[in-house]
Amino acid sequence: MSEDVRKVIEVENLVTHYGTRQILKGVTMDVRDGEIMVIMGGSGSGKSTLLRHLMALETATSGAMRILGQDISELTMKEMFALRRKLGVAFQGGALFSSMTVGENIMLPLMEHTDLDRMTMEIMARMKLEVVNLAGFEDLMPAELSGGMIKRAAVARAIVMDPQILFMDEPSAGLDPVVSSALDELILRLRDAMGMAIVVVTHELESAFTIADRITVLDRGDILFVGTVEEVRNHPSERIQNLLNRRMEDEPVDPDEYLKRLMGEEKMGDARP
Amino acid sequence: MASDGTPSRFTRFADKVGRSTVVAIEEVGNCGVLIGESLFWLFWGPRLKQPVRMDSVIKQMMEIGIHAIPIIAILSAAIGAVLAMQGIISLRKFGAESQVTFGIAISMVREFAPLITGILIAGRSGSALVARIGTMKINQEVDALEVMGISPVRFLVAPALFAMVIMVPALTIFSGFMGLWAGGLYVGVDLGVSMDAYIIQVKDSLDTGDVLHGFGKSIAFAVLIAVIGVVNGAGVKGGAEGVGKVTTRSVVQAISAIVITDMIFVLIASRMG
Repeated sequence: MSEDVRKVIEVENLVTHYGTRQILKGVTMDVRDGEIMVIMGGSGSGKSTLLRHLMALETATSGAMRILGQDISELTMKEMFALRRKLGVAFQGGALFSSMTVGENIMLPLMEHTDLDRMTMEIMARMKLEVVNLAGFEDLMPAELSGGMIKRAAVARAIVMDPQILFMDEPSAGLDPVVSSALDELILRLRDAMGMAIVVVTHELESAFTIADRITVLDRGDILFVGTVEEVRNHPSERIQNLLNRRMEDEPVDPDEYLKRLMGEEKMGDARP
Repeated sequence: MASDGTPSRFTRFADKVGRSTVVAIEEVGNCGVLIGESLFWLFWGPRLKQPVRMDSVIKQMMEIGIHAIPIIAILSAAIGAVLAMQGIISLRKFGAESQVTFGIAISMVREFAPLITGILIAGRSGSALVARIGTMKINQEVDALEVMGISPVRFLVAPALFAMVIMVPALTIFSGFMGLWAGGLYVGVDLGVSMDAYIIQVKDSLDTGDVLHGFGKSIAFAVLIAVIGVVNGAGVKGGAEGVGKVTTRSVVQAISAIVITDMIFVLIASRMG
């Protein structure tokens, strides 16, 4: 992929805190148009927080972020709503509205953002369900679907407005290998058919290596490396290889710090002289 | 502070009180913001092509109001009958039982109708609201709405708030009628007063101020139930157990707020003569 490809997301030196805890420590990255960017990292690496920032759901402590060329810190509410219509998201658990049928879930963005008549919206919803191989399921309630089906229905809802960027949070989590592989194929097909940029957060190595054009490796709020699948696989850094091999690094434990954490003294403030 | 540097019991207590106070102030602030935002969406939503959907408001009105009619009718009638029984017993000691209608009318219209309705709706619809919003938050449905460019306040909060503000006063009026009717039945049986004569006595006992007093309180109760429910639901943490906890907390807070607001209303009304 050439370097002059349009960047749909640009993040510069993003820092974020939850309370006093620093979650992201100056993240700089970009996502290019039409690529599948996989964000990888272990538990607590900050990948879900980064995804929430990329979806403009969180406000950073410092740093800059441009989505589709717009600096999100300068957007008015109206501009932010307009921008969000160009984004789609499939959350880990699907986040389908349990009081609506699958078809109504998929039609919701159309109902809220377009003046289309009901029949047209139903046709569009059925088309998107066809794309994710769920044709005929529009009248079922989300509770009647399996885990894999819920994820595919969430993808159908995410793409119903033909977004320019699709975000997927842990698409393979909790799925058996066959269903997971089918979902990977779906992600690749979506990119090829619709030409959208897709940002996937996952900790499933096999899935990441199958779908990624580029991989961002995140660890403890820092970006360790951004590169292609081959570059990540062959990277000489021991830290990256440890992450890929899921080995825990040996970390020296400070007993005093550990005790303080257990006693909850961090919250109270360190009162010792 | 203890000699070993650990915080004393008093320090811990003060810390806990301080934190709780900050949380309480924050929640009151959130209530204000929610009311302001809901009004914003009601009046400015159409300009942003995001109107508050009338079908959602009507659906909520059905749930909050229409489905609550049987239980409101039964409890209000029971309270009206109890007022009549107690009133007659008390006034008989002074030979003034013929004045019981005055007590029933004033008590029912000014106090019991808004109070019974408020407490019932807090337990029935307030708890349902907090559980719904809490579950949606945990399932990331609220995040999904935001990413879809749909304001959660417009989509979830405003319909519930407006439905409450319409239906709680309407149910209060209904409750008043049911209480007065049941009281009239008992007065008829015990004192031999005809229903026509009883209605005339009720009309003579009440003035516009009494009706407005009950009506005004019911609007305040409606707003309290809705915003307390939403603030608690939006603040849920910790899965299904967390939803259970905030639901209980919300009902307790709403009922406490209703009783305290009622007292403030009565105090102000009595001072104003």
